[in-house]
Amino acid sequence: MQHLTGIPATVGLASADNTAERLPILPLWGELIFGLVAFAILYVVVSRKVVPRLEEMYAERTAAIEGGMQHAEEAQAEAQAALEQYQAQLHEARAEANRIREDARAQGASIVAEMREQAQAEASRIAESAKKQIDAERQSALVQLRAEVGGLSTELASRIVGESLQQEARQSGIIDRFLAELESGDIKPEKVGAAAEGEARSGEES
Amino acid sequence: MSPTALATPFLAAASGDGGGYHAPEPQEFYQPLIGHGDWALTRPIVVMAISVGLIAWFLLATTKRASVVPSRGQWVTEALHTFVRNSLARDIIGSKEFLRFVPALFTLFSILLVNNLFGIIPPIQFPTMGRIGFPIALTLVVYVVYHTVGIRKKGFRNYIGGMIPKGLPGPIYILIVPLELLTQFITQPLTLSLRLFGNMFAGHMLLLLFITGGQYMVIHGSIGLKFAGAGSFVMAFVLMIFEGLIELLQAYIFTLLAATYIAAALADEH
Repeated sequence: MQHLTGIPATVGLASADNTAERLPILPLWGELIFGLVAFAILYVVVSRKVVPRLEEMYAERTAAIEGGMQHAEEAQAEAQAALEQYQAQLHEARAEANRIREDARAQGASIVAEMREQAQAEASRIAESAKKQIDAERQSALVQLRAEVGGLSTELASRIVGESLQQEARQSGIIDRFLAELESGDIKPEKVGAAAEGEARSGEES
Repeated sequence: MSPTALATPFLAAASGDGGGYHAPEPQEFYQPLIGHGDWALTRPIVVMAISVGLIAWFLLATTKRASVVPSRGQWVTEALHTFVRNSLARDIIGSKEFLRFVPALFTLFSILLVNNLFGIIPPIQFPTMGRIGFPIALTLVVYVVYHTVGIRKKGFRNYIGGMIPKGLPGPIYILIVPLELLTQFITQPLTLSLRLFGNMFAGHMLLLLFITGGQYMVIHGSIGLKFAGAGSFVMAFVLMIFEGLIELLQAYIFTLLAATYIAAALADEH
């Protein structure tokens, strides 16, 4: 108690009243009222300005986030659509390329076949004409040969026989008959051979 | 208390009482600056005024251009506000009615937080809530708010009736009715203010004891006492950190209980 009375007196604070002696759980009216005033002032500031601003900002932020998410979803959907379109186009292009390739192959095959046909036709035509020509040449050669052989043998025979047979009416008949016999093989080789030999020998002799 | 304020009674005591150590007394929390008595301009009033000014300035400055992408200051305000709004108001009062109580709870929380922390922040170092007037003022606000919203929502008769649990055997009510009314109208506000006051007052007292005691031992003690004094300072430092935690916790508890009382007043059934 000595201390209690001592301090305020020495420090010189509030020595004139007993406020300092009051129990610490009894309020000072000034402090209590000021506490209320302080709360009221800050409450006005907070409820009028601070909290509305913050709430508004939260709403904005929520909207911004939701908007952003929506935007992202849209972008994704767009990208998906683009991808699908691209794939469809790619598929189409592949089909187109395949079709073109098939066409080209078919066309090429048909061209080759046509060419081959043409070539064959040409070849057969050439062969045909060559054959014809050969036939004709052979025919003419045969005719010519026949005439020549006829002339030669006639001359030969006339020389051997020693008389001219040209003027004879039967002359041609003899030759033709001879040739026909020659062709049919009726003339005996020995006889003809012997006759020919004999004729040749006699020809040489004469 | 600031160092000079701490030193003054000690030195006075040392010279006045012939050198003995004088422990800190509750009277030292009464510090009138101008005038005296009930209406004196005291140190806690000044501290409270400073705190309100600072809080208002900070909140207004950081929300002036509140943008979707927050600045650093806005981020701090937002974190505190979101904490009070979502973790206290919405979770306790319920998402239907909480929004109109958010400004009051936020004001309460910021005043308590700043004033409590002023208890250890130099050069203020005075716990405003260590003066019972301020906890009573804040409790009065909470008291009026929760009874008002309760009566307004349910009507006076239903509100009072709602406090009494139903379905008990008859004679129990002789005991229960006064107890419940006592709890709702007297115990709750009393404990709300005294809890805050007691924590701040006692915590600061403890710090004063270790600091002034350490000072006395270092200056006037023998060589052994000087070491003890150094230990006392270390202890004061540790306690200061501890005190900081208590200050945060008390700000939270007061706001939490305020929200709880409001929620109980609004609740449909007891």
